Amino acid sequence: MNEINEVRKPPVATTGIIGWLRINLFFNWTNSLITLFVIYCLYQFIPWILDWTIFSADFKYNYLGEQITNQEMCSRNLDPENGGACWAVIYVRFYQFIYGFYPKVEVWRVNLAYVMLAFALLPLLYAKLPYRKYFLYFTYIFPVIAYFLLNGGLGFTEVSTNKWGGLLVTLVLGCTGIALAFPIGIMLALGRRSKLPVISMMCTLFIEFIRGVPLITLLFFGMVMLPLFLPEGIDMDGLVRVLVAVTLFQSAYMAEVIRGGLQAIPPGQYEAAKSLGMSYWRMNLLIILPQAIRISIPPIVNTSIGLFKDTTLVIIVGILDLLGIGRGTLADTNWLGLSYEIYFFVSLVFFIFTFGMSRYSLYLEKKLKTGINMGAE
Amino acid sequence: MRSNLGFFSDEKFRSIFFQTLVVGLFALGLFFVISTTSYNLEKRNIATGWSFLQNPAGFDISFSPFLEFKSTDTHLKVYFVGVLNTLLVSVTGCIAATILGFILGIVRLSSNWLLSRLVYIYVEFSRNVPLLLQIILWYSILIQLPRVKQSLQVLDVFYISNRGLYSPRPIFESGFSYVFIAIVLALISSFLINRWAKKRQDKTGQQFPVFSSSVGLIFIVPLILFFILGSPLSFEHPELKGFNFKGGLVIRPEFIAMFLALSIYTAAFISEIVRAGIMSVSKGQREASAAIGLKQTWIMRLIIIPQALRVIVPPLTSQYLNLTKNSSLGIAVGYADLVHGFGGISLNQTGQAIECMAIVMATYLSISLTISFFMNIYNRSIQFKEK
Repeated sequence: MNEINEVRKPPVATTGIIGWLRINLFFNWTNSLITLFVIYCLYQFIPWILDWTIFSADFKYNYLGEQITNQEMCSRNLDPENGGACWAVIYVRFYQFIYGFYPKVEVWRVNLAYVMLAFALLPLLYAKLPYRKYFLYFTYIFPVIAYFLLNGGLGFTEVSTNKWGGLLVTLVLGCTGIALAFPIGIMLALGRRSKLPVISMMCTLFIEFIRGVPLITLLFFGMVMLPLFLPEGIDMDGLVRVLVAVTLFQSAYMAEVIRGGLQAIPPGQYEAAKSLGMSYWRMNLLIILPQAIRISIPPIVNTSIGLFKDTTLVIIVGILDLLGIGRGTLADTNWLGLSYEIYFFVSLVFFIFTFGMSRYSLYLEKKLKTGINMGAE
Repeated sequence: MRSNLGFFSDEKFRSIFFQTLVVGLFALGLFFVISTTSYNLEKRNIATGWSFLQNPAGFDISFSPFLEFKSTDTHLKVYFVGVLNTLLVSVTGCIAATILGFILGIVRLSSNWLLSRLVYIYVEFSRNVPLLLQIILWYSILIQLPRVKQSLQVLDVFYISNRGLYSPRPIFESGFSYVFIAIVLALISSFLINRWAKKRQDKTGQQFPVFSSSVGLIFIVPLILFFILGSPLSFEHPELKGFNFKGGLVIRPEFIAMFLALSIYTAAFISEIVRAGIMSVSKGQREASAAIGLKQTWIMRLIIIPQALRVIVPPLTSQYLNLTKNSSLGIAVGYADLVHGFGGISLNQTGQAIECMAIVMATYLSISLTISFFMNIYNRSIQFKEK
């Protein structure tokens, strides 16, 4: 009797904030110790990094209230004990970081191109956009508009590509590389799966060769060897040569991703299309590719992220992209020694772009999983 | 329409026609490129052929840990130094990235929310910032270390300064080869014991202490031999003379920057692969092995890891390939690898771009093919064996 009447303690909470804390942070002794240790480390680190990047940092003026024009005026160089980051270098050189050495009078053209790029990407990124069809027309003609807008012609004064730089070059390389590599990649993927032995062998060799060598050797190829291959009188622009290398590189990776999508299409789809009397091209364009590309969009976005990061390699062959401008600024005696600030800023810009893209690819993956499943896994 | 073309609608004919067309166009393009190239080369007075490989290089290479390099050595030797440096940073990078990646992948799955979030933040930052930027950043941190005179001292034998890490250099004396042979023999015999023990356990169910006997063989036997032979190993310590250290083993900041950036960047990718691999093993496997009374560590070692490896190894292979190719970025910090030494300086000195680039590309291709060959063998050995 006594045992039955004994009051038992209620079971420990597993819901609510306390329950969550108990399960996720203080599950047992070792877990609690780890949690406390991590909290201690964060307690040491977070105030320090916040202080350096924000509270003690100079944005435009130093602690004396003077506007900063060179590194000697940074608070951290005037007062090494208390000064934080000197973001003034970004503020002063912001124009170069975004546009390179593009003439100031013509810079509205770059701005317009940036805005138009956003509109051109909108229908690609968001499938439920109202009037998507008309937006897509704009997307198709956007490269032509952008070419004349940025480069000149059609009444615009010409701006040579060696004046381009910073984010402009990064975006031009990334977007053009991805856009050109997409159709080439599709052709290579179809070629590799072709029943014609010569074509399949040539495509396989091309893809495996490009994937087997580092991008930097392809950039050297574009810079050093391409001029030797062309007849006299044809002088290729530096940026174009780099673009050729980047596009070749990306198209091989794109081809492999699309080939993966093609392999996931059940053979019944091919047979059905053939039994309707469709030709090879009609079958691929109307039946196979739309399905294959749909399922390979997430990995396509992932290789595109890779390419976007790899565009930084062009600084090795002397093209000034975002990182190139950063290094150029560091070489300037006015801004010597501010490497952390500059690299932090450049990393942040890249992080925003690539993290955004990777989130987008995750979103697509989730959407595709809940959508139709065409026999792929 | 189609019937008018007659024989063109014959599939066999069409296939031959298109293939000949492609081959013909390709040959035409090749002919065009070769003829314009040879014309251009002649006009610019660029020599052709492979004889430049025997010419003296005329420049120094600061980091060549395996081969002694002087500026009078040939371009061919520049190539070998470059290949060795590329392999050095790739192999050490792969090993470090694998270890770090596995640890982080497992920690990411830990039940401790704070710890797994922390790894998540690391992974996202490391993956989403260009590798080249990370290499340059590490390098800029390393060269801001104190000068040689004020170098940091660790454990009284290591010196860290902006010229790199100086450590004692081991000098192997005559008797050491016996110790080395003993280690090799111990490795082979512990491998054989492992196989024998497995066979016996399959047959009789009796277990053999493989782990402790292997440790005894590999560590303790050579160690005893080492002391019997009178410790045939001494160290040459680095000494500060004038403006620099003399003697000892030096690891240059270029190498350290490359090593750190490559392994930290790739570890982020590997940790995600490991996480996906472990998560791919269904929960029922863990529950079933717990139900038959296996210990936590055994569940991991005998049930989870072998199944996860099947998922992990193929993408891991491509990470190794990526790391090896990414080691070509050493040119940004002046690490004398294949691209910087041979494809960069030698190319600029001789002007023979086509030959140099062809050699560099062929080398990377063969390294890539070798890695995929061995990883494919390993992959086959861990896949499901149907009996």
